[in-house]
Amino acid sequence: MDFRLTEEQRDLRAGVRELLAGRYGREALRASVDSGGALDRELWRQLGEAGFFALRLPEADGGVGLGLPEAVLVFEEAGRALLPGPLVATHLAAGAVPGAAAGTAVVTAFDLGGPLVAHLADADAVLGAASLPPGEPVRCADPLTPLHRVAAPEGAGDAAAAAAAAAAYRDEGALLTAALQVGSALRTVELAVRYAGEREQFGQPIGAFQAVKHLCAQMLVRAEVARTALYAAAVTADPAEVAGAKMLADGAAVRNARDCLQVYGGMGFTWEADVHLHLKRAWVRAEQWRTAGEAEELLAAELAAVAE
Amino acid sequence: MDLTPTAEEQDFRARLREWLGKTLPELPARPSPDDWPGRRAYDTGWQRRLYDAGYAGLHWPVDAGGRGATPTQHLIFLEETERAGAPYVGANFVGLLHAGPTIAAEGTAAQRARWLPPVLRGDEVWCQGFSEPGAGSDLAALRTRAVRDGDDYVITGSKIWTSHAEVADWCELLVRTDPVSESVPKHRGISWLAMPMDVPGVTVRPLRTLAGSTEFAEVFLDEVRVPVANRVGAENDGWRVTMVTLSFERGTAFVGEVVACRRTLGALARTARANGRWDDPVLRRRLGRLYGEFGALWRLTQWNVSESQASGGVPGVGGSVFKLAYSHARQELYDAAAEVLGADSLALDEEWVLDRLSSLSYTIAAGTSQIQQNIVAERILGLPKGR
Ligand SMILES: Cc1cc2nc3c(=O)[nH]c(=O)nc-3n(C[C@H](O)[C@H](O)[C@H](O)COP(=O)(O)OP(=O)(O)OC[C@H]3O[C@@H](n4cnc5c(N)ncnc54)[C@H](O)[C@@H]3O)c2cc1C
Repeated sequence: MDFRLTEEQRDLRAGVRELLAGRYGREALRASVDSGGALDRELWRQLGEAGFFALRLPEADGGVGLGLPEAVLVFEEAGRALLPGPLVATHLAAGAVPGAAAGTAVVTAFDLGGPLVAHLADADAVLGAASLPPGEPVRCADPLTPLHRVAAPEGAGDAAAAAAAAAAYRDEGALLTAALQVGSALRTVELAVRYAGEREQFGQPIGAFQAVKHLCAQMLVRAEVARTALYAAAVTADPAEVAGAKMLADGAAVRNARDCLQVYGGMGFTWEADVHLHLKRAWVRAEQWRTAGEAEELLAAELAAVAE
Repeated sequence: MDLTPTAEEQDFRARLREWLGKTLPELPARPSPDDWPGRRAYDTGWQRRLYDAGYAGLHWPVDAGGRGATPTQHLIFLEETERAGAPYVGANFVGLLHAGPTIAAEGTAAQRARWLPPVLRGDEVWCQGFSEPGAGSDLAALRTRAVRDGDDYVITGSKIWTSHAEVADWCELLVRTDPVSESVPKHRGISWLAMPMDVPGVTVRPLRTLAGSTEFAEVFLDEVRVPVANRVGAENDGWRVTMVTLSFERGTAFVGEVVACRRTLGALARTARANGRWDDPVLRRRLGRLYGEFGALWRLTQWNVSESQASGGVPGVGGSVFKLAYSHARQELYDAAAEVLGADSLALDEEWVLDRLSSLSYTIAAGTSQIQQNIVAERILGLPKGR
């Protein structure tokens, strides 16, 4: 057993971080917020070129031939950068939907456990559906996740097939979404720590006050526990471990964003600071693929089984 | 990232499992916490069995009497012994889990030869004399004085909350060898000594814990003579040695318990299914969440071990991250247990009710959660030191 990242895995992560910093840095993030959240097709194609979606396809099929652990590292970086778009659904569709692997197609999924679908207007396909279902736009709390309400997926036809397809991908979808959450949770620790070191009150950086220090320390604890759970789940692909990772990552991303907002004070409540973007996206992801409640039920069933 | 065991690790696990399967059924029950001498005899007896079977000091260096196994094998050992319900280290805690490793890392060859084999054989029990009435979280404020007189230190002062002091043979003792003054800040001038507990001038007065037991004690030191040769590390450099001790205490000392918590959780699930509480979705989910959390804590342990394996064996400040998460989860576990058991959770003759009471100490002992949070904030996150 050697749980540490390999040299190649570290390089991969550093490479993706660099790519995203260059292609989707803070200015690009704020520009997409200002433009109302439309998907950047050119960026999507570049992500495809970099192997973002084809990462786990066999090399024979034009993929990169890597595994879940590598995918998780890449998605963690996307979560840090708040990269928008149906990243997980498109990644899962690589090999099934033409163009998904290369990033020339945008694929979304019925991953919100009901009739709401993210990024439908920008999508070329819905995972498991023969055609794009019609839907009514719904304003979303997250400015970078446009939502549509479509005819209830439980009914007959395409939407039902798409919902069934999403269920089939639930474990992998939950794992990759957990990776996005962990990236965001680690990023908000950084933001909070940086702000706490710079902002002065009472003649010293607020980070010298324990009340602030302790918020930051707990943020790190949450993020680190979630991160190890995530990496282990990526290695074992065990459904209970995946559920645990999603549950912990959801908690870490949401609570860290809230604590980060607290550390930022009034500045945290502004549109200007990025903190709210992390929080809102964390809320969206917490509803995607597998909610904390569903994860807890799955874990309880597993506990009952091993305790027999 | 590779979680698959090597062939060697698999083989080690299989042999250990077989040995445990043979050995455990022969063991009597552990004496109650009212009987510390009985517990000492029981715990050291178990240590002796481990020693005879080649399982003592697994990951200690060979020249310290250990087996030179990898930290991963040590983890497997903890996992298998806990899973099989083997006795806990108990009275051997300080010797095996932090005094011993500190001496192995910082002691001279003669010190290692003198103190480590008896710990491994279960012949000698250690306690930890760090805290004082006026120096708890602010450990460096300790005032117990050691004055040199020929080849001895003459020690006067007192220690408090000293676990297992009643039954210990040795104490890892922190003393002030250079008084605090304008020129000497409080973190300097401290030395780390091995003090025999049976020498004149040592008085142990048991304290009753909230669990009703006398697990810890006050220790009074009245002109106690300890040879200078018992000092580990240089004179006045004891703070640095102490940091090594604390990193073992926080970094590795609790990991076996994570497995034990998972076993407890399994037992709780069985109880909840038997008494119908499992049908309450709020409680069921709470147990499911704890199952996920303890699974993650075990993985965090593996992660920390892989990291320290790569960096020479002394655990890093990551131990504070683990301790914060673990001590909280452990208390949550016993609160959930009380909900499963309802009024039965008040029956003090149940072992786990005592465990629930003792879990209250986890956010205090070995550095409070507040102090751990300061450490994480300042040493890992780099936030400014408070005034
Ligand atoms: C079961 C048990 C076993 C123990 N065994 C041993 C042993 O074997 N050997 C030994 O040497 N010691 C032992 N201890 C002592 C333990 O290490 C101390 O209790 C602990 O370090 C806290 O010190 P204190 O009790 O003096 O509390 P204090 O330091 O007085 O703390 C009281 C409260 O103030 C808070 N506080 C203090 N300073 C700060 C600060 N700077 N910032 C924020 N909050 C602060 C603390 O977090 C705590 O909540 C044991 C304790 C327990 C409970």
